[in-house]
Amino acid sequence: MATVIIFAEFIDNKIKKGTLELFTAVKNDSVEAILLGTDSAELVQELSRVGAKKVYLVKDPVLKNYNSAAYAAAATEAIKKSGATVVLGSGSMMAKDHFPRLAARFDGGFVGDCTDIQISEEHVTGKRPLYSGKCTANFAFTDKVRMKFILMRPNQLPAPQIKKVPTTAETLPVSFEGLKVRVKEVIQGTSSQADLTEAAVIIAGGRGMKGPENFKLLDALAKPIHATVGASRAVVDAGWTAHSTQVGQTGKIVAPNLYIAVGISGAIQHLAGMSSSKVIVAINKDPEAPIFKKATYGVVGDLFEIIPKLTEEFTALVSH
Amino acid sequence: MNILVCLKQVPDTETKIKLGRNEIDTNGIKWIMNPYDEFAVEEALKIKTQFPGSTVTALSLGPKVRVTEALRTALAMGADKAVVIDAEETLDNFVTAKALAAAALKIGPFEIILAGKSAIDDNSFCVGQMLAEFLGVPHATSISKATYEGDRALVEREIEGGAREVLELELPCLLTANRGLNTPRYASLPGIMRAKKIAIEEISLSALGLSGADQKIKYMDYQLPADRPSVKMIQGDSGQQAKELARLLREEAKVI
Ligand SMILES: Cc1cc2nc3c(=O)[nH]c(=O)nc-3n(C[C@H](O)[C@H](O)[C@H](O)COP(=O)(O)OP(=O)(O)OC[C@H]3O[C@@H](n4cnc5c(N)ncnc54)[C@H](O)[C@@H]3O)c2cc1C
Repeated sequence: MATVIIFAEFIDNKIKKGTLELFTAVKNDSVEAILLGTDSAELVQELSRVGAKKVYLVKDPVLKNYNSAAYAAAATEAIKKSGATVVLGSGSMMAKDHFPRLAARFDGGFVGDCTDIQISEEHVTGKRPLYSGKCTANFAFTDKVRMKFILMRPNQLPAPQIKKVPTTAETLPVSFEGLKVRVKEVIQGTSSQADLTEAAVIIAGGRGMKGPENFKLLDALAKPIHATVGASRAVVDAGWTAHSTQVGQTGKIVAPNLYIAVGISGAIQHLAGMSSSKVIVAINKDPEAPIFKKATYGVVGDLFEIIPKLTEEFTALVSH
Repeated sequence: MNILVCLKQVPDTETKIKLGRNEIDTNGIKWIMNPYDEFAVEEALKIKTQFPGSTVTALSLGPKVRVTEALRTALAMGADKAVVIDAEETLDNFVTAKALAAAALKIGPFEIILAGKSAIDDNSFCVGQMLAEFLGVPHATSISKATYEGDRALVEREIEGGAREVLELELPCLLTANRGLNTPRYASLPGIMRAKKIAIEEISLSALGLSGADQKIKYMDYQLPADRPSVKMIQGDSGQQAKELARLLREEAKVI
């Protein structure tokens, strides 16, 4: 059976949900993990609970912040040491940045943004959206491909079963000499919300929000349900919110469990970025707005009346 | 400075995708330069302004009958040279990156290689990084700011949750462009006239020692997304709507 190795990511000393989900995809017990920039026993323990029988650790000051060259170097050592032929990651900014580089390094195949995956004795197959979700296709690796690198979209797989296997942790020595990339500075974002591409719930505001000052209404609505606030391109182009908040074909492609579109008309480029969300709510004063064609639940009305009331309802719900 | 810009042609964002026999039906599609690649072209031209005497070469892989159009656009914007790797429609990212690398070695060397962060058709976000690995140069993806000195580039890129990181890369290096990096210029009329006169160099895939048989990934069973069940409209005044929506999200959809 092919050994699968999972690139593990963490935040606040907890393994990220997107990483844990990957263990659901591995049906056999030959699964290992790579954990970089830490040797936290809690993190190793968490990986052990979901079935990692071996965790490769690399700890070095250069790994404290993400650095494409250093992470690729460390992951290369771990993959070689493990002998794994299937390398899985969750499609974070970090993994998206260095997985393709690793695939090229190992003369392997790479598929990103997968929404489904099957790992069998011999093959790895799966599914992914193409043309920004306007269609999907199944993928397979061609016959002679030995090394397979796959990134899954977060929120696609259910949480893994708890397995509690015995786990060994091995710290690998890696040389980071001669790196041609240096991290000079990390400028923290102002938001404590999860990244849009990883968020389970997204509330996105459009031109109907009327101005940047009104986005605090959406922040308030987001708070009780731990949502991340996004925006349409019209909003970003107007300078009301940062580029990083844009959802759509030329922004972020997202597929949360719940997407609430507030004052967004539903242009084809916006729909391309969010129409594979599981549940879509549209709040718009125009009953003819195209967004209602994709919505699960539709509310026709003035967002400035509805949002504060919905915030009260959400707050009441979660306090029970 | 020798600058290479890699660009791809993609279906216009308005395109409605129809399925053909094995893949999508490309009849009637309007092709445009991948929007992120426009930022890459603009960035190359800005570097050229900063370092007079630089040359900007645009490189694209795809069926030459159509991708030369995107290369003409790059020339009209101000690129000096254009090279097309003539290839069939559906080559995977691996062969694409391999071919771009082989071509870059043939027509290079280059100090700065630029590309878009992702192509909006397959959203794979990978050709730049693969190309960097094949060329043995450092990379930074999704950059939104950059300054260049003689032997290094200082770039800013978005990471999770709106946080940004500032990186220093030694040249030669490969950078992929995000929105916000610059504002791509429109081609001027003299630019368009000039572009018409420039001969586009052609390289065949086989001249680079590659073929479709080198692909690592194959796609099949293309499907249109399943129709979503029709929308449930929530009636009443705003108070009733809010209450009912919250109830449905909790009890029926179970998402909050
Ligand atoms: C190449 C290209 C790429 C693009 N990429 C993207 C992309 O990635 N993402 C993206 O989003 N767009 C993208 N667009 C833009 C897209 O075509 C639309 O212009 C944009 O999505 C519109 O944003 P909007 O829905 O916020 O604004 P509008 O279309 O103006 O819609 C505003 C909506 O708010 C409603 N409204 C107004 N007031 C209220 C109120 N008080 N209460 C309730 N509802 C109200 C209105 O009824 C209307 O439906 C792209 C366009 C092009 C050409």
